[in-house]
Amino acid sequence: MTYSEGDVGVSGQSLMFAATPLNTRNRRIQWLFRALFGLMTLILVVPVGIIFGVLLVRGGPAISFEFLFSYPSDGMTAGGIWPALVGTMWLVAVSLIASVPVGVAAAIYLSEYAPDNWLTRGINLAIINLAGVPSIVHALFGVGAFVIFAGFGTSILAASLTLAVMTLPLIIVATRESLQAVPMAFREACWNMGATRWQTIRTVVLPNAISGILTGVILSVSRTAGETAPIMFTGAAFFFPFLPTSVFDQTMAMAMHLFVISTAVPGVPDELKYGTALTLITLVLLMNAASIWFRSYLRGKKKW
Amino acid sequence: MVEATALAIDIQNVSLWYGDFQALFEVDLQVKRGSITALIGPSGCGKSTLLRAVNRINERLGDYVRTTGEIHVLDQDILSDDVELSQLRRHVGMVFQRPNPLPLSIRDNVLFGHRIHRADEKFNKLEEDEIVENALRRVLLWDEVKDQLGREAIGLSLEEQQKLCIARLLPVKPTVILMDEPTSALDPKATAALEELIWELHGDYTILIVTHNMAQARRASEETAFMLLGRMVEHGVTEQIFLAPQEEETADYIEGRYG
Repeated sequence: MTYSEGDVGVSGQSLMFAATPLNTRNRRIQWLFRALFGLMTLILVVPVGIIFGVLLVRGGPAISFEFLFSYPSDGMTAGGIWPALVGTMWLVAVSLIASVPVGVAAAIYLSEYAPDNWLTRGINLAIINLAGVPSIVHALFGVGAFVIFAGFGTSILAASLTLAVMTLPLIIVATRESLQAVPMAFREACWNMGATRWQTIRTVVLPNAISGILTGVILSVSRTAGETAPIMFTGAAFFFPFLPTSVFDQTMAMAMHLFVISTAVPGVPDELKYGTALTLITLVLLMNAASIWFRSYLRGKKKW
Repeated sequence: MVEATALAIDIQNVSLWYGDFQALFEVDLQVKRGSITALIGPSGCGKSTLLRAVNRINERLGDYVRTTGEIHVLDQDILSDDVELSQLRRHVGMVFQRPNPLPLSIRDNVLFGHRIHRADEKFNKLEEDEIVENALRRVLLWDEVKDQLGREAIGLSLEEQQKLCIARLLPVKPTVILMDEPTSALDPKATAALEELIWELHGDYTILIVTHNMAQARRASEETAFMLLGRMVEHGVTEQIFLAPQEEETADYIEGRYG
């Protein structure tokens, strides 16, 4: 395109840098897409906001020291959620003790040792499939494997192991990703100085992958705390008015308790249901927040 | 025939396959103890592969890599089954294209190899201090970093990082140092400094250096070996290779007709 002498703007400047119709059109389209993507993001956030807002408004008044730290009473239509809160903590703790060592070790094997062959690819496929198994199927597996076959009965142990199996893929995938994010050059440097694979993993790879591994672990914690189906038949009790004393006890759990008072017990005041839901979601959000904080703390210490 | 003990590396009739692809064809190369030998040749000619065969780091890829022929380092057959790779790599260190200091402090980087190969778990701070100072002095880095040994090595300039990568090999007393285009990530000034250091180190250490830079091979080596398509074309005194190459292919490459 050429500019003739006549193409002069009001300010007397050349119009070389003025918008052409094509520019205007492109700018309009660009604005449209920006608005579209922004809207989608908003749609994503709205349900979270509404859920939390409603729970806060309707369940907020129920939350008190009394509510958190006392037993349910009057056929679960009054009182607090203490045994369920404690039970959830038991379930989370025992399932972590089972899943973290297995998951992290398996991920280290897959990422650092396993050759790339059909067997490894098969294992990876199995892990992805395990992540896709519906939780009710995990529950039935748990009944068969832990409650009946292993003879644990309906207990915290059986429920926790079922939850552990369910969260393993999450931990394995997160760990493997963060191991693979450690630059290859670090490993080569170590190997070329005569370090064994294990020395390399222990001194260089793991310390640099730990933030990602912890993120996976904490995500699995919040998943564990929120699941109902896997514990329903394996260890969570409808009503168990004691605190568990060993892993062979049954227990109440937050998610299960919420399910029970919402569907099975008549005459529970709404306030109690909302309060329970609010406590559960707050627990999960706090754990996620802790994970985010911890990860950024560890990232801050990482220097490459 | 040179006297056997005068050779640091003796490569005879070595062929190497990556799966079905043959990367080296019956390569011979003798490297004199304490000398600097430059390996030159166009990309993909197998010079890095040959370099990596000398400390058997190619084998990290698994059974996929197959090597035949003989490689001796200080008269020891290194391809034999009873070679402990950890010991081999202690004696044959490697420096890479991009400096790859570990994400540790400068001090811990220098001590890394030493700590891996130390038999007992107890450490002696005075001994370690001495090791760090000696190694860093040897690579002409001590004066720059002596007051900040606890600093992350990643924060150093590329030139300093590469010097550190050489320094961390020294505490375990290597015989051979393999260098794979050690200056290709550096600017001209840093390159000159590195070449000076390499020159400074030879004699005590045998240096085998892969380079794409003709001028560097000419400046900073005593002998030069030219490779093409997985074969050793010509090997001789650097001056002679550059001034009076015996093979036409060598002459063509040096004069920039290909590669």
